[in-house]
Amino acid sequence: MIFNWFRYSSPISFYPLAGRLSRVFGVLAVAFTIAGLYIGLVVAPTDATQGDAYRIIFLHVPTAWMAMLIYLAMAFWSALALGFNTRLSAMMAQALAPTGALMAALALWSGAFWGRPTWGTYWAWDARMTSTLILLFLYLGVIALRNAIDDPRRADRACALLSLVGAVNVPIIYFSVQWWNTLHQGSSISFTSAPKMAMTMVEGLLVMTAGVWSYCIAVTLARVRSIIVERERGSGWVASLIAPQGAR
Amino acid sequence: MPPSSPLLEARSLAATRGYATLFQGMSLALAAGEALAVSGPNGCGKTTLLRMLAGLAAPAEGEILLDGARVHPFDARLRDAVAFNGHLPALKDELTAVENLAAWTTLENERADLQAIDRALDRVALGRRSRIPARALSQGQRRRIGLARLALSRRRLWILDEPLTALDSDGVDVLEALLATQLGGGGIVVAASHQPLPVAEGQLRRLDLALAHHG
Amino acid sequence: MSETWATTAAPDAASVSAAFGWALARDLRIALRSKAELGVQLMFYVIVVSLFPLATSPSREVLATLGPGVLWTAALLASLLSLPRLFSADFSDGTLEQIALSPRPLPALVSGKMAAHWLTTGLPVAVLAPVLGGQYAMDGTELGILAAALLLGTPILSLLGAIGAALTLGARGGGSLLALLVLPLYAPVLIFGAGAVDARRAGLSAGPQLSLLAAGLLLALAAAPFAVATAVRIALD
Repeated sequence: MIFNWFRYSSPISFYPLAGRLSRVFGVLAVAFTIAGLYIGLVVAPTDATQGDAYRIIFLHVPTAWMAMLIYLAMAFWSALALGFNTRLSAMMAQALAPTGALMAALALWSGAFWGRPTWGTYWAWDARMTSTLILLFLYLGVIALRNAIDDPRRADRACALLSLVGAVNVPIIYFSVQWWNTLHQGSSISFTSAPKMAMTMVEGLLVMTAGVWSYCIAVTLARVRSIIVERERGSGWVASLIAPQGAR
Repeated sequence: MPPSSPLLEARSLAATRGYATLFQGMSLALAAGEALAVSGPNGCGKTTLLRMLAGLAAPAEGEILLDGARVHPFDARLRDAVAFNGHLPALKDELTAVENLAAWTTLENERADLQAIDRALDRVALGRRSRIPARALSQGQRRRIGLARLALSRRRLWILDEPLTALDSDGVDVLEALLATQLGGGGIVVAASHQPLPVAEGQLRRLDLALAHHG
Repeated sequence: MSETWATTAAPDAASVSAAFGWALARDLRIALRSKAELGVQLMFYVIVVSLFPLATSPSREVLATLGPGVLWTAALLASLLSLPRLFSADFSDGTLEQIALSPRPLPALVSGKMAAHWLTTGLPVAVLAPVLGGQYAMDGTELGILAAALLLGTPILSLLGAIGAALTLGARGGGSLLALLVLPLYAPVLIFGAGAVDARRAGLSAGPQLSLLAAGLLLALAAAPFAVATAVRIALD
């Protein structure tokens, strides 16, 4: 049984709330993204040194932030799942992993397309890109472990433990890659040395971040709802949800 | 403690495998000197129930009590009380019967010297094969090492998965004597078995997982 | 605390060392009875290291550049290759159930197993690497630094790898899944380990890298036994 400390820690009461929140954040995601893209692609001025190529940062920077943040969120829910054996926390961690992996992949993909005109190569072993690549591997490991274990409760706890081990390692990996990069004097241009941004660029970046953030919340909550239905399909309330005029 | 109060108790246990429910609402109570024979067709959850009672697996619902207090998986009190002979033999092929038993008793914190181990192996008629690697032993002989382990065990709670498998009639006689000693000393035995358990009728209780407790 | 993970009273030092010693002695005894397997693993290391010059060039400059990286990457792969042996035999023959049900403290028992794993895989590699380093145009000081880094780094590989080995017990996909889980976690060890020799070549001190490896080893020693014990219990459930 689960701890009913909070009303919404039980899947049955969280399910409808997640549906409402998911729709709200879905609308917000569309609105913010349209506004952010308008500011980023139309309003913001062309950069003096990088030309129009820099505009990929309106996708790259928010996704890179989210890739990091979602890993922390996943580790947080994993700690709750392991510590208190709550079903919903494990489901939240499970729902976050694919979105986190997508964000890491988008950050790498958009980073490569920024690197091509900026550094003259798609991949330059920049410290942040390398760290994000390893972060993507960590996400893929969690997802692969989940798929490799048949029993969902065992998979919950195994993935929770792996996420926590990963979370302890993420700062160490970031530090070590940074160290490695400075020692080897790899690329001289890094994202930090990008020229001073105009005010509209900052605004576009913030609005796009809000959009990506909303998208992640909306998609994660929608995924949690399908996980709840899948896991609890044997129980009465899900059966009546799927077929309101059903036999039960 | 009054003699009637149960040593081992389970309250409305439920077990799931994947998304399927094996059993639910399963309750049982065993007092000192009682044996429980769990039966039922393959896949009905016998091994799962045994693993829950041994503290290896968490029940999907319900609770398990030892001496009236709730125990969780891998609880220290459970680990001090249980001897678990699962369907896996837990034998190392590289080690001899004596080395396997010595490793086992050290792990379980039982005080058994070499003489005690040799006596136990004599009792299960393995004395002459006690110093060759376990890989050279037959299936029945390997099961007998498990019996020798029970002979050395002073645990209150024996949990045995198919203890009669691969045993010849002499082996069954040894098991019968071991079970009688355990139950006579106030211990408890829970065994999953397709064959009748060699235990006196007055001490035996039965649980058919196929008949009851399905969701 | 959790209802699934029972917490027991803190075990005293005597029972911890007894449990550690039991598992270490038992795993070493089993390993020594299958010496051929240990030899094969060392041969794997030797062959991987020896193949790199064939794949690149015999020129001393190229080999000197590649050397520390090759010797470290091969050590990673040798560790990875031997990891399934750590728990899978005990898992499939039921010994791991008995270990987890033992009244002795599980973190100490799995620590003994990890120590045996390092003594039979990491330590031989650390001893062998300076000999093989001669193939890669490394001088005496560099070989010493390489050995020191491997002595500090290979135990981390055993400790981190054991977490992955325990997590993948009973999971589909065995070895390649284990590689996916464990290799990203190995990245810092690789960076600091191979970096120690590079630092010396760049005219710097290898001290920072070796200190960081030692710090990582202490962290892994403190945390991994508990993570592995939890993973073993999860795998048995």
